[in-house]
Amino acid sequence: MDQPAQDEHERFHGDHPIVVEGLKTAFGEHVVHENLSLKVNRGEIIGVVGGSGSGKSVLMRAIIGLQTVAAGNIDVLGHSITSAEPDDNLGVRCRWGVLFQGGALFSTLTVGENVEVPIKQFYPDIEDELLHEIARYKVILSGLPEDAVSKYPSELSGGMKKRAGLARALALDPELLFLDEPTAGLDPIGAAKFDQLTKELQQTLGLTVFLITHDLDTLYEICDRVAVIADKRIIAVGTIPELIESKHPWIDEYFNGPRGRAAAHGKVSATNSATGVDIQTDSEA
Amino acid sequence: MSGQAEFSIDEDEAGRAVLRLSGPYLISTIGKIDQDLLAIDREIAEIDLEAITEIDTVGAWVVCQLSGQHDAEISGASERAQRLVSAVHTARNDADIRPPQRPLWEWLPAHMGDLVFKAWRGIVNVIGFMGQVLIACGNLIAHPGRFRGKALVRQMELVGVSALPIIGLMSFLIGIVIAQQGAVQLEQFGAESLTINLVGRITLRELGVLMTAIMVAGRSGSAFAAQLGTMKLTEEIDAMRTIGISPIEALVIPRILACTFMMILLGFYASVVAIVGGAVVGDLMLGIPFWTFLTRIEEVVPTYDLWVGLIKAPVFGLIVALAGCYHGLQVRGNSEEVGLRTTMAVVSAIFAVIVLDAFFAVFFTEVGWG
Repeated sequence: MDQPAQDEHERFHGDHPIVVEGLKTAFGEHVVHENLSLKVNRGEIIGVVGGSGSGKSVLMRAIIGLQTVAAGNIDVLGHSITSAEPDDNLGVRCRWGVLFQGGALFSTLTVGENVEVPIKQFYPDIEDELLHEIARYKVILSGLPEDAVSKYPSELSGGMKKRAGLARALALDPELLFLDEPTAGLDPIGAAKFDQLTKELQQTLGLTVFLITHDLDTLYEICDRVAVIADKRIIAVGTIPELIESKHPWIDEYFNGPRGRAAAHGKVSATNSATGVDIQTDSEA
Repeated sequence: MSGQAEFSIDEDEAGRAVLRLSGPYLISTIGKIDQDLLAIDREIAEIDLEAITEIDTVGAWVVCQLSGQHDAEISGASERAQRLVSAVHTARNDADIRPPQRPLWEWLPAHMGDLVFKAWRGIVNVIGFMGQVLIACGNLIAHPGRFRGKALVRQMELVGVSALPIIGLMSFLIGIVIAQQGAVQLEQFGAESLTINLVGRITLRELGVLMTAIMVAGRSGSAFAAQLGTMKLTEEIDAMRTIGISPIEALVIPRILACTFMMILLGFYASVVAIVGGAVVGDLMLGIPFWTFLTRIEEVVPTYDLWVGLIKAPVFGLIVALAGCYHGLQVRGNSEEVGLRTTMAVVSAIFAVIVLDAFFAVFFTEVGWG
């Protein structure tokens, strides 16, 4: 068998599944990113933060090939996204999963059928029975109740829609998971559970997670590193304690502002008493 | 490393069957081997994962299924394989992918009952909507200061002025077609000159207004439904209510008035343009000079034909606007409903217009305006 076919069944073993170098994106005259560079480590949860309109979602769209790039190079799992034709990327496309902000579920299909769509698209030779079984266990893995599999998206609550979207993102057993504001619009309990789920899945499935968020609690709870977008580029990447030391005014305001301090305080008291975690597992059961 | 998932069965020292899996057990490779694995008919005591190169949850699921089916133990699993197998093991789910479907003999009467109830609710809602509009009219007459003149003018522009080119073109072509086709038939009796009667009477009485109503339903009725429906979805209409603005007064009444009034003008305009189209054909094909054609129209078309058209026009306009606004305000839930309601608005408006046109035809003939 020739070389690419072997690659197809091999997981990515390099250190950086996502490498962005000198990225420039623009809408007409309006430049969103200029000379932006970012390296994501394998097996980490990287949180991407930035003010509204700073181009977090645009960066994600550029990485998954939905956004045309003016200059620079993006490598995902060792394949260049920017230099190849969109159709050449099909091999990489099935190795990542994306959860869009609103869930973006297909409204005319049930949750189970939503999960089956990408599998049918990429692996038509899988028998129907196995296909249904896969859809069912993915739904459970995503933390939904058993009967949710036959429900339509309109019958689900916001939090359940996110989980169903996650189940679809995980349908192809990706190595990379992109989450666009997964906890936005969820109540604090639902958001905390979703964070926990993300962490658990990341550890069980060995995922690399690229997570866009405004939620400081999410950053403190589950992110290994945080990348900050400002001034059209990534101004800092590091763990939260490292970033808190930063002198940059935006980062300082972000982490040392009233909400940043509240989230940090919550994290400290939760780890001290360990009650926060206990209560979460309780209500989940 | 081989690119295929494979398996072999051999026996260990104790004579028990051991299933040895090798190669990548991934979602991309499992399709080829899944059926063969299920078809193994001998008892397996042990499943050896030692030679598996890559595994994902789908591979783990198949392994888990096999071990459950044969009551076999799993050995040689890597740390990752163990983790995945235990994760999918607890994720067993027997629910159906499709919602349970009722049998036909149960579904059919239930569905018909649903339709009947929906039709009934629809009638009640329409009556309720008419009532709301009447109350709003009463309120506006009592407090003329609340009337939205600007919105009315804006709607009149949208419904009337901007529709002039397309309705003009359509009517002109209809005039041409009637004159040309009519002339071909009337020629057989040597009565080409009656083409003038045909064009004049049919456009003023029927086609001018009817075609305009259909056009307005497609242009403006659909726009009303989509606009109001979207405003309903984005909670703009609820916001208006909380501020104390009646959406019926602010949104519906200007649209109804604009549509009703502009239909009179558009209907008349359409009839005139159609007659001009007929006159052009008369000039070019039948040898009737253009101005002679128009002068003859005055002589052969009774004045009441014009009144028939002008009486029907505002009624049709009212129906189109009512249908558009009513369906727009009925939108609930999701964006799919906006499309659905827009379609219903146009279809029901055109249907009602054609049915009413038939009644009008009979009525006017009975009162001697034949």
